[in-house]
Amino acid sequence: MDLDKFKVHGEPLIYGAMVSIALATIGILVGLTYFKKWGYLWREWLTTVDHKKIGVMYILAALLMLFRGGVDAMMMRLQTAAPEMKFLDAQHYNEVFTTHGLIMILFMAMPFIIGLMNVIIPLQIGARDVAFPRLNAVSFWLFFMGAMLLNISFVIGGSPDAGWSAYFPLASLEFSPTVGNNYYSLALQISGIGTLITGVNFIVTILKMRAPGMTLMKMPMFTWSVLITNVIIVFAFPVLTVALALMMFDRLFGSQFFTMANGGMDMLWANLFWVWGHPEVYIVILPAFGIYSEIIATFSKKNLYGYTSMVFSMVIISLLSFLVWAHHFYTMGQGVMVNSFFSITTMAIAVPTGVKIFNWLFTLRKGRITFTTPMLYTLAFIPIFTIGGVTGVMLAMASADYQYHNTMFLVAHFHYVLIPGAVFAVIAGFHYWFPKVFGFRLNERLGKHAFWWIIISFNVTFFPLFFLGLMGMTRRMYTYSEESGFGPLNMLSFAGAVGLAIGFVILVYNIYWSTRYMPRDTTSDPWDGRTLEWATPSPIPAYNFAIVPNVKTRDAFWAAKQDNVPLFEDKITKIHLPNNTGKPFILGVIFFFLGFFLVFSMWIPAIVAGVGVIIMLAAMSFDRDHGFYVPAEEVIATEKKLRGETV
Amino acid sequence: MKIDASKPLEYSTEENSNKIFGFWVFLGAEIPLFATLFTVYFVMVNRFANGPSGKELFEIGPVLIETFLLLTSSFTIGLAIHAMRHGYKKAMMFFMGITLLMGLGFIGIEIDEFFTYVHEGATLQTSGFLSSLFVLLGTHGAHVSFGFLWGAGIMIQLWRQGITPATANKAFIFSLFWHFLDVVWIFIFSFVYLKGLM
Repeated sequence: MDLDKFKVHGEPLIYGAMVSIALATIGILVGLTYFKKWGYLWREWLTTVDHKKIGVMYILAALLMLFRGGVDAMMMRLQTAAPEMKFLDAQHYNEVFTTHGLIMILFMAMPFIIGLMNVIIPLQIGARDVAFPRLNAVSFWLFFMGAMLLNISFVIGGSPDAGWSAYFPLASLEFSPTVGNNYYSLALQISGIGTLITGVNFIVTILKMRAPGMTLMKMPMFTWSVLITNVIIVFAFPVLTVALALMMFDRLFGSQFFTMANGGMDMLWANLFWVWGHPEVYIVILPAFGIYSEIIATFSKKNLYGYTSMVFSMVIISLLSFLVWAHHFYTMGQGVMVNSFFSITTMAIAVPTGVKIFNWLFTLRKGRITFTTPMLYTLAFIPIFTIGGVTGVMLAMASADYQYHNTMFLVAHFHYVLIPGAVFAVIAGFHYWFPKVFGFRLNERLGKHAFWWIIISFNVTFFPLFFLGLMGMTRRMYTYSEESGFGPLNMLSFAGAVGLAIGFVILVYNIYWSTRYMPRDTTSDPWDGRTLEWATPSPIPAYNFAIVPNVKTRDAFWAAKQDNVPLFEDKITKIHLPNNTGKPFILGVIFFFLGFFLVFSMWIPAIVAGVGVIIMLAAMSFDRDHGFYVPAEEVIATEKKLRGETV
Repeated sequence: MKIDASKPLEYSTEENSNKIFGFWVFLGAEIPLFATLFTVYFVMVNRFANGPSGKELFEIGPVLIETFLLLTSSFTIGLAIHAMRHGYKKAMMFFMGITLLMGLGFIGIEIDEFFTYVHEGATLQTSGFLSSLFVLLGTHGAHVSFGFLWGAGIMIQLWRQGITPATANKAFIFSLFWHFLDVVWIFIFSFVYLKGLM
């Protein structure tokens, strides 16, 4: 075996990263041992099957990845801030923009949303748990190990460098000879399987485990958006699974799927990638629409306007999302008819999206609006996202796209869609649901400081890119000459990026500050909420609801408060809960090693790990663990304590 | 765990019926998976490079035996579930055993077929057509192999624990998987082999 493959050469930045990773790891290990937290970590987190804790772990991992992807972004903006910069070389720049895209979409936005979904969905539908709690843990650990596998690539062997879309033949062994794209195919495969399992789990949870009386058209909008999202996941992710498998075969076993000779076809990759990739955009954006719908209704003190049209517009968006993939390569020679078809379907998406925008505006109309931090993000989202949408229609015109294809205009467009559409949404949802999970609010003053930094800096960062694109600056260009005239706008964009970083630092500081100083919330309903998650005590007991609620209307909790509709009519009885299990975590670790060995073509260890996976699956099948019951007296005692009554 | 006696054993608890529904959703995901593989195959089907075409390669004999084995095994797993519904543990074990043996026979013939192809110089690396052929057949074959291990695990649990709500549920879900593989094979048989031989 050739140990040289593991080394990454010549970059002081990477050596710095190696040292800091090593120091951080040692720090964590020493800290855990010193404070005797190993047992706590294992019992409470690594083996948990509680959907709330799994959700929290997803969100923590997503914040970590936001930092990683953010550092990548800063490095890119610094490198292009002035003409002829020498901060990164071309190869390192390629790796940085590739991992920035991958991490932000697959390991930040999506897990953040899945995290919120894990915490909130069972509560919103009045369920005690998700349908398959152990499988939920498997999902999380597969996602997490996939993310870690991608993250070690930049210190062991080299990161993928062919763009987040990994177009062939660029991503083939011939043109990307490092192991970077092996990491790409395996890390995404492992976390993708986790996502698929989540999709199955949540479809069953939402369709089969709703509280009595909650018909489909009485579900909260966030639940609706998550249901539709998971349907997209179940139909889109298998395509990615196949595409990544074929990529792995091409790179590791020399098959001829995407090669330039022997009958291979590079455009096949572009098609497969975007048949998954375009629905993926809606996988991150539809739940965001759901989050905004909840927040707007809550802080306007009004019912959501046009509930039915909201649902149908999401269904239509989900169908159209599968019919637009070729708009990602109008200029790659597919003929007028094909371009026209995809141009029309792409523009058609603007219609249901416009319906949603108007519904939000009508919900605000004559509402009693309170400008809390989550509401501010929501209000900022509407105009900014609209700019993203309008430039999207510009890009959707196939003939015009020949002008700005692969320029910074495109980069500006999708940041204008994804950042308000997904990042603001998860931040808003994070502020909104934080008191539900932890029992205290985040500080509003710090929250608003972070908000203004983020909103203003976001526009300073990305608005100049529209003009740079129209001036002809192509994306993924690692440097440019003084004569091009791109310098000043790029410098402005870099200044915006620094502001964004400051905004996120304030946001994180807010979490720290609030954990220490914010008063604990005893009402469990700090925002005067509308949906069922606010009906449980905060922090949420393991069993969610002592009594399963009976739902009679939309926004059942609001109706219970306003019109005295009884929500909990049954008696408290014993509650069944699943036991914790370490097997999903161990399975995840084995998958990590399986992926790692395959990346480096170490066949014998890979086979051993593969057998390990099968053994773990069998062990989980043979497990005869029926969980346990919480006795009724214990439930009553817990409820009294959490609601602040004396026992 | 509440057992609802009015329903078949495999559906008799809430957890059980959720698992069956969840597996149907999973099969819903398997459809785009195989659909994508078929699409890749149809894109690649005439891209022979310097390698052999399907017409030169395919032999109807082994494929007919494979088809016979898999279709019959889909019938016998149905008999196993029928026996399960009546509570006949031994008959159920017998039919499941037959099913798995036929699955094993199928895998054996497929492996032999792959060796023959490679021996004739038709490898994964030869052409786009062969890459897509091997991966399509291989994915189906991997599913059958996985099914063999899975089914064997369920048989051990049946042997030890008898027909309970838990084991009945597992066996039923396994039967759904096995039928699905059979359906996929019908497509492979018709659109890969028969069409290739024409």
